Amino acid sequence: MDVELKVTPDKYLPYRYAGASGDFNPIHLDPEFAKQVGLPSNILHGLYSMAQVARACTQAAGGDPRTLRRLSVQFRGMGLPEQEIVVTGTQNEQGVVALEAAQGDNKIIKNAEAELGTA
Amino acid sequence: MPVNDAAKGKTYPPVEYEVGKEKIKEYAWAVGEDNPVYFDREQAQAAGFRDVVAPPMFAVVYSWGAMGAAALDPEVGMNFAMLVHGGQEFAWGEPVCSGDTISTEISVKDIYERGGMGFYVFESVSRNQDGQEVVRGTWTNIVRGV
Repeated sequence: MDVELKVTPDKYLPYRYAGASGDFNPIHLDPEFAKQVGLPSNILHGLYSMAQVARACTQAAGGDPRTLRRLSVQFRGMGLPEQEIVVTGTQNEQGVVALEAAQGDNKIIKNAEAELGTA
Repeated sequence: MPVNDAAKGKTYPPVEYEVGKEKIKEYAWAVGEDNPVYFDREQAQAAGFRDVVAPPMFAVVYSWGAMGAAALDPEVGMNFAMLVHGGQEFAWGEPVCSGDTISTEISVKDIYERGGMGFYVFESVSRNQDGQEVVRGTWTNIVRGV
């Protein structure tokens, strides 16, 4: 089974995700603050990007949330709003799905592994 | 300077979170989920859930209060100005539905230094009101330049 999902978070996505998740760290919300601490601009929440990897897995497994048994990720490059995220994954013979998420050449999630089951 | 690992093994009192239908909807909408089992009670029940079900990654919402308290513990002593979220793992059990009360306990699983960076690894275990484990999380925070 191959996994693929493409999504482009809009400019205001980090504000909606902050409200939904409770994470109001200004590096995600305030471009000026983010630049002051050495970031290119306000960055996506890593756990939002992980949620896209999770969504890619459950969609590939038919949509039922019970299919996702385990997911581990490593956060790497900074994700940015208004750039397309592409999640890709391939299932190996043991049933484990190896995944990553990237914006262009910038891999924002690496070495992700998911275990899927039946619902 | 080596990292202070005195808090290794420390545990924190459980923190409760009551799961609501509208909060699930808000979260599901924010992350782009469109399966009606996250929004519609009848469709969720038709799919075999007790009520509207939470997407798996809703784990971050009901774990947040417990995790925040541990992360801010002065005895752990993470330097937030230099903090990055390095890695995350969740292993899911019983689904979480609207109306559940989820209790999350955090422990400091490991603190160590590698390559001039401090690694702070927390484990969260979340259970529902019937004592069933709903998720086990491993949260790896990295502090640059310790």
